[in-house]
Amino acid sequence: MGLLHTVNKSPFEKSTLDSCLRVAKDGSSILFIEDGIYAALDGTTYSDKVKEAMKSKKIYALGPDVNARGVQSKVMEGIELIDYAGFVNLVTEHDSVQSWL
Amino acid sequence: MAEEVKKFLYVNRKAPYGTIYAWESLEVVLIGAAFEQDVSLVFMDDGVYQLTKGQETKGIQMKNFSPTYSALGDYDVKTIYVEKESLDARGLTLDDLQHLIYEDEDEDYAEKDSIQLVTSAELADIMEQQDVVLSF
Repeated sequence: MGLLHTVNKSPFEKSTLDSCLRVAKDGSSILFIEDGIYAALDGTTYSDKVKEAMKSKKIYALGPDVNARGVQSKVMEGIELIDYAGFVNLVTEHDSVQSWL
Repeated sequence: MAEEVKKFLYVNRKAPYGTIYAWESLEVVLIGAAFEQDVSLVFMDDGVYQLTKGQETKGIQMKNFSPTYSALGDYDVKTIYVEKESLDARGLTLDDLQHLIYEDEDEDYAEKDSIQLVTSAELADIMEQQDVVLSF
């Protein structure tokens, strides 16, 4: 089932998310982990870009990383929060994983 | 001891947990404060995320150091600048951040807010007034 992209950098600090979105194909999945979860939040200068991506790609964020950063209430609608077991499931369900660093 | 007191400004620009910068900065701030220098902090860019309320780190098995910020007042760190432009870009307001206070010894230990919301232009002036600027 296509590629799973993981993004672990804040979109405000690195171009990692931009690069990922530039080459991620429709139908692929993107998982935000670590500081990458800031891309999952509503009301930021990046929210519109992520919402646009959500039209053609499934987007997830790792719940434990969201909770650690105290931004639980700001995750935008349509992004699925998963736990570590869910992370493992995503890896097994996809053909391969592209870890953007 | 009549040693010269210098103005130290610590500039925090990194989100917590993803890298060690936020925690290292906090350690250095506490050490610097123990030497009775004039210490103030800036949180800008992703550094504003260090101060969010409700951090719960059990799930990532890391130490939640966010309660330490509320101890800064006890270390005589009374001035914490937060850049407005950085909050705006992230859809945050001061309500999303911890309420940090210090006790003003000149006013019968009245509790006062440590956090001051400043613009980039105000920050430019603040930085210029320092003896030492340390960046994390």
